Amino acid sequence: MSTSQVIPAPEQPHETFVLNVGPQHPATHGVLRLKLTMDGEYITRAEPVCGYIHRMHEKMGENRTWAQYLPNTGRIDYLAAMAYGHAYVAAVERAAKIEVPPRAEYIRVITTELNRISSHLVWFGAFLLDLGGFTPLLYAFDDREKILDLLEALTGSRLTYCYYRFGGVCNDVDDDFIRGVREFVAGMWPRMKFYRELVTDNIILRKRLIGIGVISDEMCRKYGATGPVIRGSGVGYDVRKMEPYSVYRDLDFDVPVFSEGDCMARYLVRMEEMVQSLRIVEQALDKLPAGPVMTSGVPRVLKPPAGDYCFAVEAARGRLLVRIVSDNKEIPYRVRWRTPSFCNLSLFEEASAGMMLPDALALLGSLDLVIPDIDR
Amino acid sequence: MVDHAAKGFHLDARVRPARVVAAAALLDQNGFAMDAVTGVDWIAENEMEVVYDFFHPAHVWRVVVRTRVPRSQPEVPTISEIYPGANWHERETHEFFGIAFLGHPNLTPLLLPEDATYHPLRKDFVA
Repeated sequence: MSTSQVIPAPEQPHETFVLNVGPQHPATHGVLRLKLTMDGEYITRAEPVCGYIHRMHEKMGENRTWAQYLPNTGRIDYLAAMAYGHAYVAAVERAAKIEVPPRAEYIRVITTELNRISSHLVWFGAFLLDLGGFTPLLYAFDDREKILDLLEALTGSRLTYCYYRFGGVCNDVDDDFIRGVREFVAGMWPRMKFYRELVTDNIILRKRLIGIGVISDEMCRKYGATGPVIRGSGVGYDVRKMEPYSVYRDLDFDVPVFSEGDCMARYLVRMEEMVQSLRIVEQALDKLPAGPVMTSGVPRVLKPPAGDYCFAVEAARGRLLVRIVSDNKEIPYRVRWRTPSFCNLSLFEEASAGMMLPDALALLGSLDLVIPDIDR
Repeated sequence: MVDHAAKGFHLDARVRPARVVAAAALLDQNGFAMDAVTGVDWIAENEMEVVYDFFHPAHVWRVVVRTRVPRSQPEVPTISEIYPGANWHERETHEFFGIAFLGHPNLTPLLLPEDATYHPLRKDFVA
């Protein structure tokens, strides 16, 4: 071989590398870790690693009485805790055949829907923070704070509510609360218009979200993704309409559906849902009946008849199912939480394959995950 | 058939462990969505129950499929090939109850530490 001959450079093998995101990372909103296998800027495989804040709420259900478990329900999804209390008390009420007075049901709907708005406002602020916009967070938290103040005055907690009881709610709403909620709702209508002008119509936001992170309705079905995720994929599935509970049958509201399946669709679903929740709160206040807020004669020591019972509600992040198994004792035999964030995250590996890293983080934010809701 | 108002589901089907895949396939063909998989430890009867929940995205139907396996050999086939969403639920049921899902692609702990060898939701579990 002569030295003048050109030796061709060996072909570069297609190299991938592993990129670790989290468990402490601003984009994961809590303690979630992503193990990303990257091909340059593109993701070939994204494996979520969960369990960093697993507390075994389901085992805790098996070593305390039915009522003693109530505070746990507020600590699973700390942004939308009302719905969790609602699902649990309603499941026990179903098992023990406890009637709930209408006033209590209306108060439950009002507080749950206010909580849904406050939860969506956190998502709104945090999601835009993920995308690089800082200002909307400050406005969103300003509005959210008004809800937290109202709920704190009523329940005693700002986030981890333990307000519902078997057979009603623990104390009645007063005139200050009703006046405060009416003021808040009246003030939110112009804010929603303001958010649309400030954020939704923003060209940078639209370029970051439209056509990004498309999730098909079929993928939602196979993974059990619900809430704004499935409604952003063209399926109008909402537990409040499908398995109506409480007094949602008597209230007039729409289920916003967008069919594109991209991040923008999920964004628009949540923005529209806040409007619908405002409508529900307004109507429920108008219709709020007089009467007691607790059924009298609920036994202090509750022993639901043996068997298993389910109750599903529409939490802020989607379908929340609680399954309780009773063996007619003071202590539950089994409490199972099927949480929306868990199922919504489980499709991330399939949905993010082939995406660019910044787009995948937009997808992650559009799923609106709350990590203790996954880890329980 | 059961009363939804009393129980929270419409159809309660008890199947043999070998039939869970066929049951899941049937529900899949009828457009049902994956809801959850979990276990219940019936220690007094020396059995483990595996419970599969399904909902329908377009109708109110709620279906429960359940099967029982002996505690000495708790094994059922995986349905994760039909419903990829069952993958995580089965991993969770495996780590909490020690129920093995045969054919599962990655039956490692999901929420417990990666080296966990205990199954905390078994009734005879001592911390």
